[in-house]
Amino acid sequence: RVNSDGKPAKFQPPPKPVIIDKQKQREERRFLSPEFIPPRGRTDPLKFYIERKDMIQRRKVFSIPEFCVGHILAVTTADPYANDKASRFVGICIQRGGKGLGATFVLRNVIEDQGVEICYELYNPRIQAIEVLKLEKRLDDNLMYLRDALPEYSTFDVNMKPVSRLDHEEIPVNKLQVRMKPKPWSKRWERPKYNIKGIKFELPGKKMKEAQKWSQPWLEFDMLREYDTSKIEEKIWKEVSEELKK
Amino acid sequence: VSITGACQAIQKLTRVRVVDNSTLGNTPYHRPPKCIHVYNKTGVGKVGDKILLAIKGEKKKALIVGHKMPGPSMTPRFDSNNVVLIEDNGNPVGTRIKTPIPYILRRRGEYSKVLAIARNFV
Repeated sequence: RVNSDGKPAKFQPPPKPVIIDKQKQREERRFLSPEFIPPRGRTDPLKFYIERKDMIQRRKVFSIPEFCVGHILAVTTADPYANDKASRFVGICIQRGGKGLGATFVLRNVIEDQGVEICYELYNPRIQAIEVLKLEKRLDDNLMYLRDALPEYSTFDVNMKPVSRLDHEEIPVNKLQVRMKPKPWSKRWERPKYNIKGIKFELPGKKMKEAQKWSQPWLEFDMLREYDTSKIEEKIWKEVSEELKK
Repeated sequence: VSITGACQAIQKLTRVRVVDNSTLGNTPYHRPPKCIHVYNKTGVGKVGDKILLAIKGEKKKALIVGHKMPGPSMTPRFDSNNVVLIEDNGNPVGTRIKTPIPYILRRRGEYSKVLAIARNFV
């Protein structure tokens, strides 16, 4: 092989063949609900084991679908004070908190120009059904900034039909940049501690630079704050999937 | 040292939003309607408590239908402090309530007339 100059070209090894095993790819996708992972602390792992047993027991009776922050859910709860004893609420999941049986998720929707948020407990026996209407991940883990965003970003049709998904593999990421109401906001979302990527900041460059004063770049290198959950997740995933298959 | 009370749901001097279609609540005035008194042992009003409002220079009783403070789980939290104007005997002043009302209000039987004019429930 000769170059255009006339000198011998550098030897380039042939590209390695990439083997895509479709069966392996399908098995690799596993979703463990974040409330199964025990928080970092000095409590006895027996407590988490007992809680996990109760959680699995509840999941066997009532199937909780896998969902993330940003998905649109419809929840029907049993209410003694409602007509038909059941009430249905549709909303976007803005945050998932709590560990173990007290795990909660907050759904937000705007009904008749009034923003409503309901904090539901995942393992509360009053919940009769959870349906995922639309699977869609957002750029952040916490969508609390939707409270200070224009109401059009939080409105979802109550009678919306579930969007059918063809692939059972990837969850689409919505890279929507949300426009905000004028300041003051409930929290200073431009500050780096919230690390929000889903807002279109229309603030002048001076304010953005001033917000960077509160950045703490040493936090990501702090070794005492590290909490590696990969091994714990593997163990818990095996435990949970085995129990649920029975 | 600050002596201001901790942020609670609805107390004296909170600005509220009147939610029904009464003339008192909807005509614009240069001052927003404010709470003057809460009919409660503690001065803090939650959903279902009666309060005294000052609207357009008049005193009027009202019923709290929703507040910004998070309450017990499974109950809705609204983005504004909502209130429905009420007479002394419990009859609502307006004829329609468009905004959603929590189901918990049904617990006390005295507000059945207010719930009858409500359209949406949460």
